[in-house]
Amino acid sequence: MSGAVAVLNYNLVGYRRTWRGTALSSFVLPVLFVLGFGVSVGSLVNTSALGGESYLSFLVPGMIASTAMQVAFGESTWPVQSKFTWMRTYHAMIAAPLAIGDLLLGDLSFLALRVVTSSGVFLLITALFGAVHSWWAFAVLPACALLGIAVASPVFAFTATVDSSTNYFAFLQRFIVIPMSLFAGVYYPISKLPEYLQVLAWISPLWHAVEICRAATHADHGSLWALAGHVAYLLLWAVVGCWLALRQFRRRLAD
Amino acid sequence: MTDNATLIHARSLVKRFGDFTAVDGIDLDVRAGEAFGFLGPNGAGKSSTMRMIGCVSRPTAGTLRILGRDPVRDGVAIRARLGVCPQQDTLDTELTVRQNLTTYARYFGIKRRVARAKVDELLEFVQLAERADAKVEPLSGGMKRRVTIARALINDPEMVLLDEPTTGLDPQARHLVWERLFRLKQQGVTLVLTTHYMDEAEQLCDRLVVMDNGKIVAQGTPRELIERYSTREVLEVRFPGDDQAPYADKIEGIGERVEVLPDRILVYAPDGDAALVSVTERGLHPSSVLVRRSSLEDVFLHLTGRRLVE
Repeated sequence: MSGAVAVLNYNLVGYRRTWRGTALSSFVLPVLFVLGFGVSVGSLVNTSALGGESYLSFLVPGMIASTAMQVAFGESTWPVQSKFTWMRTYHAMIAAPLAIGDLLLGDLSFLALRVVTSSGVFLLITALFGAVHSWWAFAVLPACALLGIAVASPVFAFTATVDSSTNYFAFLQRFIVIPMSLFAGVYYPISKLPEYLQVLAWISPLWHAVEICRAATHADHGSLWALAGHVAYLLLWAVVGCWLALRQFRRRLAD
Repeated sequence: MTDNATLIHARSLVKRFGDFTAVDGIDLDVRAGEAFGFLGPNGAGKSSTMRMIGCVSRPTAGTLRILGRDPVRDGVAIRARLGVCPQQDTLDTELTVRQNLTTYARYFGIKRRVARAKVDELLEFVQLAERADAKVEPLSGGMKRRVTIARALINDPEMVLLDEPTTGLDPQARHLVWERLFRLKQQGVTLVLTTHYMDEAEQLCDRLVVMDNGKIVAQGTPRELIERYSTREVLEVRFPGDDQAPYADKIEGIGERVEVLPDRILVYAPDGDAALVSVTERGLHPSSVLVRRSSLEDVFLHLTGRRLVE
């Protein structure tokens, strides 16, 4: 445990130098986007399909989850590859008395912290614009952390598996991450999709997080059973993802 | 020598990667306070052996005890007492020198306040105190190496593993690193290093093994190895013209062994000057002559051959 804290500390020391740069992509741009888009396009939207909510109120929780996913994806591709290949940080770490689980736990804790802070700032700003309607909105933070782990852990496993000469990350970004953010109920309810696409949305972790965030920020929280189902589904992704990541890290580092 | 003082104990140690056997059944005993070297061409199995000793790679077969413990079961506990200077630098080039060391100290559970004092002391030791708050990225190769060595000492290790500590450094930087390592040795720290530089091995190692193709082909002190596998002196003669081979036949029989290289002939003899007299007595007049003492390099090339290993 203290090993994982030391790994988290390493990440934080590095982040102290780079946080300004990541602030832009982690919440400044998404917040500007959601406000501009939500207010302007929102004024054209017939809100009856959204259960009477304003489009801004509909869009904000979806965008928070979607941004959390992007941050988690970003943190688990190039930075992880660098720690294997360029900086060889992981190699330095395992020469010290750290276990491979410490590396993963420390890195994923840092990632969760990144996701929670960017979601928190996002939530705070949009609340000022009247897009948040319940004190349960704070539940968005752990939900985004869970989504972050659910998305990042399998990507950690993938990054540990591929070599650095080919750019798989752009492929993942274009064919999985971006489509997921378009078809997982961020911008419109998935009931508007043809049924075969709805199935894809159900499979994606993002849709489940969007549903949790929406239930948390709206006045009407919906069914508790549905929420429990969404949480359970994300937990499943996280548990399987962490197991895969641990296995691939072991293969890569401890031949 | 008691078992407590044997820091590395290996018997029939094997490391395989798929079909490839990197380490092919080696026996080793390294005692506390020794400077022990692995010598060998690239691909001889030195680094694979070092990684097993550093408890980051599992032996495929055989016995290995590090500090008297099992590296597979007690890896974390053993690594807490080792210092490792890997072949490739693993510094975070975006952080400062000091941050690299303080973050690393935390991996050993060293308290922040203790670490700060230790880092100052170590940067003084590797003569980088004035660069403490500089980023690592623009530092020279020699400076980065010294940062890595300082980092390896953060936990006051009982044994320091150095994988090719001076490869790629310029002569000044190498000598500075050697001098620091020699100081460590004087302080009683056990050093285990790999190298393919003979002068490095002669300067630093009390005892060494020569590895080739995953096996130990010779071991002893540098002096013992030279005595066993070479002669006291070497006479190097060069004859005019492109082809040295015809002259070799005429020299044959002088000294203990004659070796023909494309540009010169080596005569291994107890007395180089006497050998030279014999050469001129046969009516041969080399265009250049050098008599020198035998070195580990002669031993190395004799044992591992002159073929190029990439």
